Amino acid sequence: MELIWEGMAQALRLILTGDPEVLGITWLSLQVSGVATGISLLVGIPLGSLIALTRFAGRSFVVSLINTGMGLPPVVVGLFVSIFLWRSGPLGFLELLYTPTAIVIAQFVIAAPIVTGLTLAAVQQIPPQFRLQMLALGASRVQLVWMLLREARLPMLAAVMAGFGGVISEGGASMMVGGNIRGQTRVLTTATVLETGKGNFDLAIALSVLLLVITFLVNWALTWIQQRRRPS
Amino acid sequence: MRRSRCRAGALLLLLALAGSPAAAQPSVVILATTTSTQDSGLLDVLVPLFEKRSGYTLKTIAVGTGQALVLGARGEADVVLVHAPELEAKYMAEGKLLNRRLVMYNDFVLAGPAEDPAGVRAVKKAVEAFRLVARSGSRFVSRGDNSGTHTLERRLWKLAGVEPKGAWYIESGQGMGATLVIANDRNGYTLSDRATHLAFQRRLKLAILLEGDRPLVNLYSVLEASPSNGPRVNAAGGKAFASFLVSAEAQAVIKTFGVEKYGRSLFVPVAGIRFLGGGLRPPSEPPPEIAPAGYPRRRRGWALEGRIPSHDQR
Repeated sequence: MELIWEGMAQALRLILTGDPEVLGITWLSLQVSGVATGISLLVGIPLGSLIALTRFAGRSFVVSLINTGMGLPPVVVGLFVSIFLWRSGPLGFLELLYTPTAIVIAQFVIAAPIVTGLTLAAVQQIPPQFRLQMLALGASRVQLVWMLLREARLPMLAAVMAGFGGVISEGGASMMVGGNIRGQTRVLTTATVLETGKGNFDLAIALSVLLLVITFLVNWALTWIQQRRRPS
Repeated sequence: MRRSRCRAGALLLLLALAGSPAAAQPSVVILATTTSTQDSGLLDVLVPLFEKRSGYTLKTIAVGTGQALVLGARGEADVVLVHAPELEAKYMAEGKLLNRRLVMYNDFVLAGPAEDPAGVRAVKKAVEAFRLVARSGSRFVSRGDNSGTHTLERRLWKLAGVEPKGAWYIESGQGMGATLVIANDRNGYTLSDRATHLAFQRRLKLAILLEGDRPLVNLYSVLEASPSNGPRVNAAGGKAFASFLVSAEAQAVIKTFGVEKYGRSLFVPVAGIRFLGGGLRPPSEPPPEIAPAGYPRRRRGWALEGRIPSHDQR
């Protein structure tokens, strides 16, 4: 118990003194997970909407794949992304392993199915009458999709939160493809693993607290956006 | 409207990341090493010094010794710093890793519950102690992760003529620190390197029950990846780091590292030792003057058991 208070006190100290190393690690965590979530949105929202609005052979198989992907274990993603990025791997010539870009790639693989799956569910739950009505009012295809996305924006913000929350709190894949290199690819989760390994439990707790606070703040901001125009 | 703003934000972040040094240049050297060198904090001191001296950027990947050797042999790493002489010999023989040079040593200790149910305090030999642990059915926590420590542990079981199996034998599958914590929790024995035991001492009830036996010498070596391991191996960079580790400057840093925090050094520098035909000769200049009690003394002389390929180096 004493250890937890020590950790809390140290977390506060680190935040208040603005320790440059901890700030760097925190910033990289935010940057990497933010970019990975951003790209997942760019891919996942159109893809999820497309699958939600079309009917094709093998559709339920694709949906099952996406739903499975929503629960992809980060270490499995880490292993496969590592193999692809290895010097001897198919993408080895890019020399991306042990760079922040490698972490972004792995986190994108983790977040994209989450965003796609939740978008799919969000768009699909809009009653079909809404679509018919829009078409009857003379909406073009683009306008229709736009209106549907507007209609589904609340659950889709949940997709953003789930995607971001999933990747910023993930440590296994970041460790494997990033390598936890000081000053280059060390993020909050991998730094926590390292400090635990070193026996610096108070610092590890401090980093965990920092991670939780940041995740909370981001989710708070998104929730605020989500809830402020809620029709009452 | 809001969505487009969100998208613009994502693009901005993407640009910010693209601006940071992402792709590796040939000036990047990848070091695969055992976790103990990183967890002790030694590399945090040595790496910046190397980068300043050589102009290379070094990426340290801390994994178990077994994995570090595989990464080096596959050409995924340019240089390895490891501590499993037997395994190293295998990769040397295959020509995957070259130019093995000794860097430093410290020692392993057998830690266990202070009550010592197996009675290993009474013996001086690690092999006998292992036999006693097995015979009394006392709990033993193994790392089980193919690390350097695990490799030595398996060798000691073999020498003791014991097949470690059964309810008393636990494999943690984790690093040294976590394994010590489990041993502490379960009142078990475990083999640990001294540096990690020191780092965790504050939080553990585990006592050091046996130390100073010759097989417990924990010898760290640096090996360079063969350029033939793959087209992207940075052999020159690997050699530069290996040479740096055995340089007078790095050896001086190793000699005093840890004194400030623990009141004793964690590693004893031993670069320049020649080892010939299976034996390890003591260094011409005795380093252990600042070594903690229990470290092998020069006057006793010490050698690695088992055969090491004869290999000469400057």
